[in-house]
Order: sequence, then structure tokens, then C-alpha cells
Amino acid sequence: MKMKWVMLIILCVSGPAWAGEARPLADDPVAEARLKHLAVELRCLVCQNQTLADSNAPLAEDLRREVRDMIAKDMSDQEIIEFLVSRYGDFVLYRPPLKATTTLLWVGPFALLTIGAAALVITLRRRAHTVVDVVVTDEEHRKVEQLLAEGGKRS
Amino acid sequence: MSRFLLPLSIFVVVVIFLGVGLTLNPREIPSPLVGKAAPEFSQPQLYDQEKTFSPADLKGKVWLLNFWASWCSGCKTEHPVLMELAKSGQVPIYGMDYKDQRDEAVTWLQRWGNPYSVVGVDEAGRVGINFGVYGVPETYVIDKQGVIRYKQIGPLYPDTIEKTILPLVKQLESQ
Repeated sequence: MKMKWVMLIILCVSGPAWAGEARPLADDPVAEARLKHLAVELRCLVCQNQTLADSNAPLAEDLRREVRDMIAKDMSDQEIIEFLVSRYGDFVLYRPPLKATTTLLWVGPFALLTIGAAALVITLRRRAHTVVDVVVTDEEHRKVEQLLAEGGKRS
Repeated sequence: MSRFLLPLSIFVVVVIFLGVGLTLNPREIPSPLVGKAAPEFSQPQLYDQEKTFSPADLKGKVWLLNFWASWCSGCKTEHPVLMELAKSGQVPIYGMDYKDQRDEAVTWLQRWGNPYSVVGVDEAGRVGINFGVYGVPETYVIDKQGVIRYKQIGPLYPDTIEKTILPLVKQLESQ
């Protein structure tokens, strides 16, 4: 708790010093941890399969700078995410919210799983009906043994 | 025969889905800003740093805002199209020089021609972020009330101008 207050005071006092300029990583470990935590949840729009944390694209750097500034302004994670979503859409989120347009995305895999499981159960049941238990008589057993033995000799 | 019907129909559905997926352009991310007020800004002008360029000055006009940069190859592709549009005088084009060097931008416009009524400078890319720009060129159609009506991601082609931009501009002008 004490640490937090110290951090807060440091943040307030040093505020004007870094206005407008992205600060290096080591300056404020708390803010950087928050940035990292947020950046892995956000998609880089230039290289779309990378997170904001991974990407070296100039836009990703700029967005990290913006997020850093917003953290410095003491905005909540929710506010920061809203800032980005209002500009770039749900696409920036790696976990899109559940909406009418994203239902297929969220429900689809489970629907497919259910359909697959149902198909499996039905097929297995059907197969159980078609497979008939066949009793092998002693006579047949002996015949098999004999055939196997002969086959072994030949090879 | 009927035992093939189910797998075949599944196959067809999958093919349709994948086929549609192939024709989509992953770079075209629908902008949440279309239909919303264009973000305010006040940026220095390229040719006169003392003067500023702000959307507030353009209230009551239908205009295009084109984000470009001298380092951007797509902007070179689209440039003749913008020159043609500017010459026709059907809609004013305002430029935003995005993350660029001032002298390089001036040289670029000198060399290829300047289609812009005014060019603003967005050196840090902050205006770009507020507009949801993620790659230049991008072009916005802004109406008389200052609302974004259309966003073009990537270069404008003569086709886009004819079929999308100009009809939209005409419709917005008449409002």
C-alpha cells in the first residue's frame, strides 16, 4: 500500500516531465506491467496475427505510446480499451465481446462440437446393432490353429 | 445414394464458407467511426506552420480527408486519381501528411502535383489514431455536419471515385 502511494506521488510529480514523449521501458515498472498486460489482449492492425505487445510495426509503437500516456493519465483498463475500440472497432480485441454479429464466433465451435458428438453417438449405436456376436466352435478353433501352423512353416 | 447426401451437403456448405472467406479482404476492417462525428483536431499546415487546419473550419461543406505520406507507395498509386478529382472540382480534398518529414512531403507534392486545398501535418500520428488510421492511404468522406460518411482503406481508384465517392458526395451536398 505504501509503495502505491509512493508510486502515485512519483507519477504526479514527474507528470509534466514526460508529457508527449514515450518513456523508456524501465522508467515506471508498474505502468509497464499494465501496458504489457493490456497489449497482449490487443491486436496489432498492421500485422494482424500479432498482439500489440509483439509487433514492431510503427503503428503498434504509436498505439503503445498512446496506451502508456493513458496509463499515465490514470485511466482504467476499461477506458483504455474503449478508447481503442471506438477508433478501430472490436477487431483490436483478441477476445471480441458477445454480440449479435459475433454469436457465430462464440457459439459456432460449441455447436460443431455438439453436432460431432451427436454424430459419433448415433454412428456407434448403429454399429452396435449391425455387429452380431459370432460363436467360434472348437472345431473352427482347431482349423485356425492348423492353418496358422502351416502358414508359419511355409514362410 | 442417400448415404452420400449428408457428407455431400456438408462439403458444399464448407466450400461456400471457405469460398466467401477467400473473397474477403482481411485488411478491410469496418470502421466504427462511419456515421459518427469526425474527431476534432487542430494541426499545423504543411506550407505555413503558423496556420492551423481544423475540421471545424469546414462545417457546412462536404469534403474529403486524405491521409498520405511521401514514404507511402500506395499514395503514389492513388495520386493521379486525386489529381484528376481535384481538377474536376467536384469535391475539395484536404490532406493530412501522416508521420512524415516536412521537407520530404513538400518535395513530393512539388514533384507529383498538389491535389489538396490544405495540407495538415500529423507528425506524431495522433490524428491518425483518432481517425482509426492503420495504414496510409486512407480517405474519409465528411459531410456538412462534420460526420464521417465513408472510409476508404487503401488507395482510391477511378472506379471507387465514380461508383462510390461522387454519388455519395452528390447525395450529401443535396442534404
